Amino acid sequence: MVGAFQDGDGRPTLGNLDALTSDAALSALKGSLVLSATTALIGAALGALLAYLVVSLPTQSLLRRTTLAISGVLAQFGGVVLAFAWIATIGSVGIVTKAMDSAFGVDLYGSGWLFDLPGLVVVYAYFQIPLMVIVFAPAFEGLRPQWREAAVNLGASTWDYWRHVALPLLTPAFLGALLLLFANAFAAYATAAVLVSQGQPIVPLLIRQAITSEVLLGQANVGFALALEMIVVVTLVMVAYNLLLKRTSRWMR
Amino acid sequence: MSVAACAAPEKQADTTTESGVDAATATSAEDFGGMDELVKAAQDEGELNVIALPPDWANYAEIISTFEDTYDIEVNSDQPDAASQDEINAANDLKGTDRAPDVFDLGQSVALANTDMFAPYQVETFDDIPAEFKDPDGLWVNDYGGYMSIGYDSAKVPDVTSVQDLLGPEFKGKVALNGDPTQAGAAFSGVMMAAIANGGSADDIAPGVDFFAELKQAGNFLTVDPDSGTIEQGTTPVVIDWDYLGSAAAANVDTWKTVVPEEAVVAGYYFQAINADAPHPAAARLWQEFLYSDEGQNLWLKGGARPVRGDQMAEDGTIDADLWEALPEVTGDPVIPTDDQTTTAGEYLAANWSKAIR
Repeated sequence: MVGAFQDGDGRPTLGNLDALTSDAALSALKGSLVLSATTALIGAALGALLAYLVVSLPTQSLLRRTTLAISGVLAQFGGVVLAFAWIATIGSVGIVTKAMDSAFGVDLYGSGWLFDLPGLVVVYAYFQIPLMVIVFAPAFEGLRPQWREAAVNLGASTWDYWRHVALPLLTPAFLGALLLLFANAFAAYATAAVLVSQGQPIVPLLIRQAITSEVLLGQANVGFALALEMIVVVTLVMVAYNLLLKRTSRWMR
Repeated sequence: MSVAACAAPEKQADTTTESGVDAATATSAEDFGGMDELVKAAQDEGELNVIALPPDWANYAEIISTFEDTYDIEVNSDQPDAASQDEINAANDLKGTDRAPDVFDLGQSVALANTDMFAPYQVETFDDIPAEFKDPDGLWVNDYGGYMSIGYDSAKVPDVTSVQDLLGPEFKGKVALNGDPTQAGAAFSGVMMAAIANGGSADDIAPGVDFFAELKQAGNFLTVDPDSGTIEQGTTPVVIDWDYLGSAAAANVDTWKTVVPEEAVVAGYYFQAINADAPHPAAARLWQEFLYSDEGQNLWLKGGARPVRGDQMAEDGTIDADLWEALPEVTGDPVIPTDDQTTTAGEYLAANWSKAIR
């Protein structure tokens, strides 16, 4: 963190922070925020739906246990392996690309969207959705049957129950999970590093450029400043997450 | 042995050979008492750490295995796909350990910015190397070079004769550049080539950036990082890269062709140097002797690269003539950007590249 305020010779400076307002840095920040927000929303929506379906199954159900187990694995299935899995599937000579082309004449690959931001959105969803299932399933499980029974006894319809009891209870947990997903995508690096080689559309890739470039030398401290910027964003997200967690935990004992 | 290691607190690694030569400061084989003594000293060390040498780059796979077989020294090849700056970072991070790189193979700007990390050494063939390709003391020496080229799979795209051809509709989603030009030297030279083809110069890289923006606009620019693997799979049918890397691809793809566009000839040499803190200083020096020997130079040539002693060897008749003549034809005066021009162009790229290809 100290490095963010030093120049190449170790003298103190604010120049690196200035570099954060450059076009490249701002557009990378925007790219990171858009990517994280999009994949968090997609992951949260689909993940919550899946979590609900899974939790509605009986506790001993094989499908339920399998789904949760697979989610646990996939949520951690990021990085280089994931990127190659996608390249092999829908890359220019991927299995699905070829099959779609020969079966329907559809050009799934286009001009290489997989290797840019849209590709990252799709690939990130692959670990965001399972992560949502894992973190959100306990919230569904925490909804006690007694609350539903109580509501029904008081004359509530299913809709009333969801509208006035379940959803308000689930909302903080949902928002919390959303923030967690956001931070997860924001900090992911390896998957993107394999897929995207041009233009550094997100902050972690711009940091890579700053510390490894053989064209622009002496940028290491700009890299530190970018890292500091990321820490600030993730800290904000985590503070919000904690506040929400406090609210939820009242009901989840 | 282990007792001795424990007894010496913070002692500088002992680089003195059995015959009493300090390998770390030796500046020629003479200092060891001749090549045989150097070989012996290197074999005592038994290992050599190299970094950022991709097996399919300038024939490094064969160079490394030949060196291992000839001298019975184990070569530890770390991070083969790393960039030049990674080599310097690794040398700093691993300084004082026996895992630090012994030798470097660097792009121009990184090499010239880090000369204080190099140990001067003059190989036996030092006088053969043209003066403009070496530091007078042997702090660094150019090792091999090449020309920026367009490699393409002639089975998938029509023949390419100029940079401008790449804008055609037959190239949709097919043209890749080896790396991001704000990071990788090869990609940087690719943009330089496009600049010169479009009315720019070594001082003005902007037309090159505009060209790639146009290429992206046309949907032709592929943001995949190409290597011999993606070329073989067919993911990257057209690759802008050094000509010697194209010839590596040709080994696996029969229909692969490499052209150096005659309207824009950009040349570049890599820089070879010994890490001043090399954990295996004698092996590092033996590696240099090997690289600059006729055998080493011919091995580079076999990978399609132009070895720095090539012209002299052609005169002496020691070069592999078939390979020498098989290199892609180059006409016109090659442009080699100076360090200042590289810096200026780099700054322009930093500000404009990501905008251009978005």
